[in-house]
Amino acid sequence: MRAIVTEPRTLYQKIWDAHVVERRDDGTCLLYIDRHLVHEVTSPQAFEGLRVAGRRVRRPDLTLAVPDHNLPTTPRVDAAGRRLPIADAESAQQLAALEANAPEFGIRLIDATAPEQGIVHVVGPEQGFTLPGTTLVCGDSHTAAHGALGALAFGIGTSEVEHVLATQTLLLKQSKSMEIRVDGALGFGVDAKDVILAIIGRIGASGGTGYVVEYTGSTIRGLSVEGRLTVANMAIEHGARSGLIAPDETTFAYLKGRPMAPAGEAWGRAVAWWRTLPSDPGARYDRTVTLDAGQIAPSLTWGTSPEDVVPITGAVPDPDSFADASKRAAARKSLDYMGLAPGMRMQDVGVDNIFIGSCTNSRIEDLRAAAAVAKGRRVASGVRQALVVPGSGLVKRQAEAEGLDRIFIEAGFEWREPGCSMCLAMNPDKVPPGERCASTSNRNFVGRQGPGARTHLVSPAMAAAAAVTGRLTDVRELMHQQTGSL
Amino acid sequence: MEPVRAVEGRAYPWGAKNVDTDVIIPAHWLKTITRAGLGRGAFETVRAEPGNIFDDPAYAGAPILIAGDNFGCGSSREHAAWALADMGVRAVIAPSFSDIFSGNAFKNGIVTVVLSQEAVDRLIVVARDHPIAVDLETQTVTTPFQDRFAFTLDPFRRDCLMQGLDEVGLTLARDAAISDYETRVAAERPWL
Ligand code: SF4
Repeated sequence: MRAIVTEPRTLYQKIWDAHVVERRDDGTCLLYIDRHLVHEVTSPQAFEGLRVAGRRVRRPDLTLAVPDHNLPTTPRVDAAGRRLPIADAESAQQLAALEANAPEFGIRLIDATAPEQGIVHVVGPEQGFTLPGTTLVCGDSHTAAHGALGALAFGIGTSEVEHVLATQTLLLKQSKSMEIRVDGALGFGVDAKDVILAIIGRIGASGGTGYVVEYTGSTIRGLSVEGRLTVANMAIEHGARSGLIAPDETTFAYLKGRPMAPAGEAWGRAVAWWRTLPSDPGARYDRTVTLDAGQIAPSLTWGTSPEDVVPITGAVPDPDSFADASKRAAARKSLDYMGLAPGMRMQDVGVDNIFIGSCTNSRIEDLRAAAAVAKGRRVASGVRQALVVPGSGLVKRQAEAEGLDRIFIEAGFEWREPGCSMCLAMNPDKVPPGERCASTSNRNFVGRQGPGARTHLVSPAMAAAAAVTGRLTDVRELMHQQTGSL
Repeated sequence: MEPVRAVEGRAYPWGAKNVDTDVIIPAHWLKTITRAGLGRGAFETVRAEPGNIFDDPAYAGAPILIAGDNFGCGSSREHAAWALADMGVRAVIAPSFSDIFSGNAFKNGIVTVVLSQEAVDRLIVVARDHPIAVDLETQTVTTPFQDRFAFTLDPFRRDCLMQGLDEVGLTLARDAAISDYETRVAAERPWL
């Protein structure tokens, strides 16, 4: 008989232990991968590698391919239902490669015109492809998002994509563990995006480097799965490869009945196992950070690192106020790039573009929150472009069924087809040089939304607020107005 | 992958420090769908300058590149290693490398050799007119002039390179263990 292991373990440790195929003397483990998401940009060379070596995909049934990064968000079929060509030759080639590789290797493809198509990190949870206690990888750094459902999920490089396709495993060393605990009720107008921005502001862009993070506490527990996805999505922005949230009744209710989730007797067995996953009382983390939700205000970034966070009521910081010399230099460069001066009130900063979308904030709740602010208002005349890009075709149809598309269109927003859109400047949706964008995406790096583009990361409600006022705005003021007029 | 026991021949005597991945392969090459052909884009900005080392016929097709500190810093793009491999480079010698680049180079059969700045300086002088040799068996770099510089490689990586084992090939050799795992999990967690 094997001895029963009684030492308390974290959620991370439990998932890790359940996936070790082999352990080497130096601690490196061959870890089994349960789920693999593939998109058009980071997979072509992996498939090519397989072809050259005469190898096959070990478990095509555990792999799901969806195009998202390069796809234009304009209509994809004409009135007669024919596919419209993609103008950019290289994007078209990457998309064509995915559409050829998936059937060649027996992988299920949700193609550009399928009703379920969307951003990989939106589609995975939505289809029930992402499940608690699984290991999930994708050639994309925001894969951590799936940790919201209690999956150990992380981004990988193209050689690793090939390794997973061929062997369904990866060679990995275990990371350290960190608990980020957020307790208390969220204030009026504060949402999951503000929580994760506050966390990044607190621990810094490299604060989680070398760690797998578990988000815990009553605030996190109180979030919907959509909100949890927003939080876990940005784990990489504080340096952590993975961010986990323990599965609970909220998770199970979200997953039940999803097309690829277990059903019938298997559902009951799965839930019973998932209930054993949360960290045991007394489980030890290498580091713990705590935040008080009551202290979190609607927030946004002022610079070119996601750690450059201030409350919307705040001002652009003075670079000289930073203790660290390299941070002072970075802040000066950031402000120069962003076209901001120290001491400017954030709410006085005008915006030219609005982007509501990306795998961080393009689910139905996000669109509802933005629509609630946009309703009955107009996009300000100074705003050149305001895009609303649902994360998937299913989100889009749900929103249309609820009439959210009408609210946006009547307010002057553009209602687009699902995809990564203005998040990364790889498809036609870009922020022009020198223009400013209030964006619900996850990266405000130099040039991320286009060369010279200036990005302020915000929540969906804050993005809608900026759209209707034409400047960065405290959404709480608009919400008060709305309540007052009822 | 082709086994690499030794890399011998001409070497680009470059020596530039902090060569980032954008210099090795500019971002606009990233929208390709193959690993092959990236050699054309390798060092594009350097090559725009007349008289540059990469277009010098003396070093055409050289299998070795000698660089300065911190080679391969910047983004994690594997295209940098693909570009070098495509232009025929099998070994890079430098005083230090970015970790991610070393990993990517290894995965693509390129040896990264760390030597002291002094040794690198000497090799640059020799390489201008003569071939040099990187030997993985003895872990030394030698010249036709009795120079002999020792380096060390991670034993696992050295084995893989010398036997031509790519990581995928190595893991495929663990097929039985993977199948056992799959069988066990199919019983324990059948919903997967
Ligand atoms: S929406 Fe942005 S962050 Fe998310 S997968 Fe697409 S490009 Fe990456």
